[in-house]
Amino acid sequence: MYLKVSYEIRDKYLRKDMLPTIFCPGCGIGSVLQYTLRAIDELGWSKEEVVWVSGIGCSSRVPGYVDFDGLHTTHGRALAFATGIKMANPNLKVIAFMGDGDTAAIGGNHFIHAIRRNLDITVILINNFTYGMTGGQVAPTTLKGLRGTTAPYGSFENPFDIAELAVAAGANYVARWTVFNYIQGINSIKKALQKRGFSLVEFLSPCPISFGRRNRMKTAPELIRWYNKITVPISKAKNMSPEELKDKIVIGEFVDRDRPSLDEEYEEYKKRAKEMMGWEE
Amino acid sequence: MKYPFPVGKSDFIQGDEAIARAAILAGCSFYAGYPITPASEIFEAMALYMPLVDGVSIQMEDELASIAAIIGASWAGAKAMTATSGPGFSLMMENLGYAIMTETPIVVVDVQRSGPSTGQPTLAAQGDVMQAIWGTHGDHSLIVLTPATVQEAFDMTIRAFNLAEKYRTPVILLTDAEVGHMRERVNIPNPEDIELVYRKLPANEEEAKYPFGDIHGDLIPPMPIFGKGYRTYVTGLTHDERGRPRTVDAEIHRKLVERIVNKIERNKEDIIDFEIFELDDADVAIVSYGIVARSAIRAVKMLRNEGVKAGLLKLNVVWPFDFEMIEKVAERVHAIYVPEMNLGQLYHLVKEGANGKARVELIPKIGGEVHTPQEIVKAVKRCEKCI
Repeated sequence: MYLKVSYEIRDKYLRKDMLPTIFCPGCGIGSVLQYTLRAIDELGWSKEEVVWVSGIGCSSRVPGYVDFDGLHTTHGRALAFATGIKMANPNLKVIAFMGDGDTAAIGGNHFIHAIRRNLDITVILINNFTYGMTGGQVAPTTLKGLRGTTAPYGSFENPFDIAELAVAAGANYVARWTVFNYIQGINSIKKALQKRGFSLVEFLSPCPISFGRRNRMKTAPELIRWYNKITVPISKAKNMSPEELKDKIVIGEFVDRDRPSLDEEYEEYKKRAKEMMGWEE
Repeated sequence: MKYPFPVGKSDFIQGDEAIARAAILAGCSFYAGYPITPASEIFEAMALYMPLVDGVSIQMEDELASIAAIIGASWAGAKAMTATSGPGFSLMMENLGYAIMTETPIVVVDVQRSGPSTGQPTLAAQGDVMQAIWGTHGDHSLIVLTPATVQEAFDMTIRAFNLAEKYRTPVILLTDAEVGHMRERVNIPNPEDIELVYRKLPANEEEAKYPFGDIHGDLIPPMPIFGKGYRTYVTGLTHDERGRPRTVDAEIHRKLVERIVNKIERNKEDIIDFEIFELDDADVAIVSYGIVARSAIRAVKMLRNEGVKAGLLKLNVVWPFDFEMIEKVAERVHAIYVPEMNLGQLYHLVKEGANGKARVELIPKIGGEVHTPQEIVKAVKRCEKCI
């Protein structure tokens, strides 16, 4: 794969007057943003046809840095707003940039229902196992035993597997990578963007400042090594026993299917309504 | 355009149904909702009509999502509405604030029922007045309309869309279970006779750069809707004229929030709407709104028959509030009575407006029934005797 130098991507897509970003040293959000912009660039999409939506959190600040239409909304509600945007103007391509707390905690209900409806949207999910912006509280994704400021002795709750949740709720495309799988990441985003219906690309992303420091991984490289240790490619996971998969996170492509999207279904619904009512325009 | 209901003639319909029909005639093309008594009939009518007129009607997972969806739809260029009742209205407070901060035209219908909490789902109340005005956090302003009849529910729904589009603001149509469920004859005009307002769009690229700037000197920025190449960034954070987050600058925050408040406050004259009845020579005034105003009109007639010179001020808009007008009324009467289906909400605004120029008395009633005219008469006479 040919990769353009990053300043070309930066100059083409970022709002210079919004920089610098709020992101901390070692944060993975900038990398994922770059992958997303590269995917858009390679697909040749114009700025006019794309809307970026987000909720609240570090990753939710992304729509402010890109030179597209963007709606930075309330905590957890990005996909509910996106439903309105997409259904009011199905020609728009909608990308939601979300965090794990935003998606799986306060926005959990909106998340599963947007997937159930198969809303035509691509969710780019930054999963850093913590609430970074508010200073490192535990999230519904925090693995058992890992520390956050609101569970200083280690999380005692079971975490969500967001990718599996999305598969079960009916998403058309789901993939999970770490931020360091950049080739796979960009390819997955490209696939997700082209997919009609709900698509999710989750990235395990380092947060050394709010998460790593509290868990004896103060730098991004330490978090990379940890990700390497805890992740298993899906091809390999298929032949592993549940005991072997305990405490492991599976990465790879989880599902790739083509169920009709919400806007396609609604078009059919309108036709049905008119037929049933004998409606002639 | 063809309509899925008769136009240019009158029809005998429920208040909720009238609101749905008016929304479609006002150009509403997106409805999102969640079932709730006594507002479900609005949703059901929208669900029936919208697919036929190429609009969208969608059932969301809750009221948080319903209002979020209509805000999204509004930024995508649609006129959008949701409807709910108290419990759902409470959930909407979060994104109502977002709509105010991002200056998004939307219409939210609250068909009031008795609260707090689940309360009396099928019975009417006026307990959400203060919530409609002040329910969302932070300094703000918005517009709240209060219909008393099914015809008014119809007319004010159209007006709600027009005001939302004109002032780029959320508008609340604050009605109640009585008006919502009551059937009355409604005159539905020909669509070409209905005056419709559409949001101001940026005239050019330069104007589009200031989606939150007072570039025309009228405090209302043009709205660069999505998908037109304007590349607008919209945030609920404090933002500058270009929409960029500026969260620690006191001056930018003050300028933004004051403009949002002032665009309503300085256009009070255009927004406020009221009716007066027998007020010219009155010694006592009744200030009323919504369903109770209908009992109040009758009460005025009955009081006059009994020798009490009473008059009525019926408010069709309860926010922005015309404190000066209340003071003028207070100067001419010795007492103002405020019958409300709550334990005193608008009463406090009237009292502030009266500014001590007249005695202001509350006639409260809760439990789900509207005041009878006799009850208002009795309360007025009892108080008048005790002077």
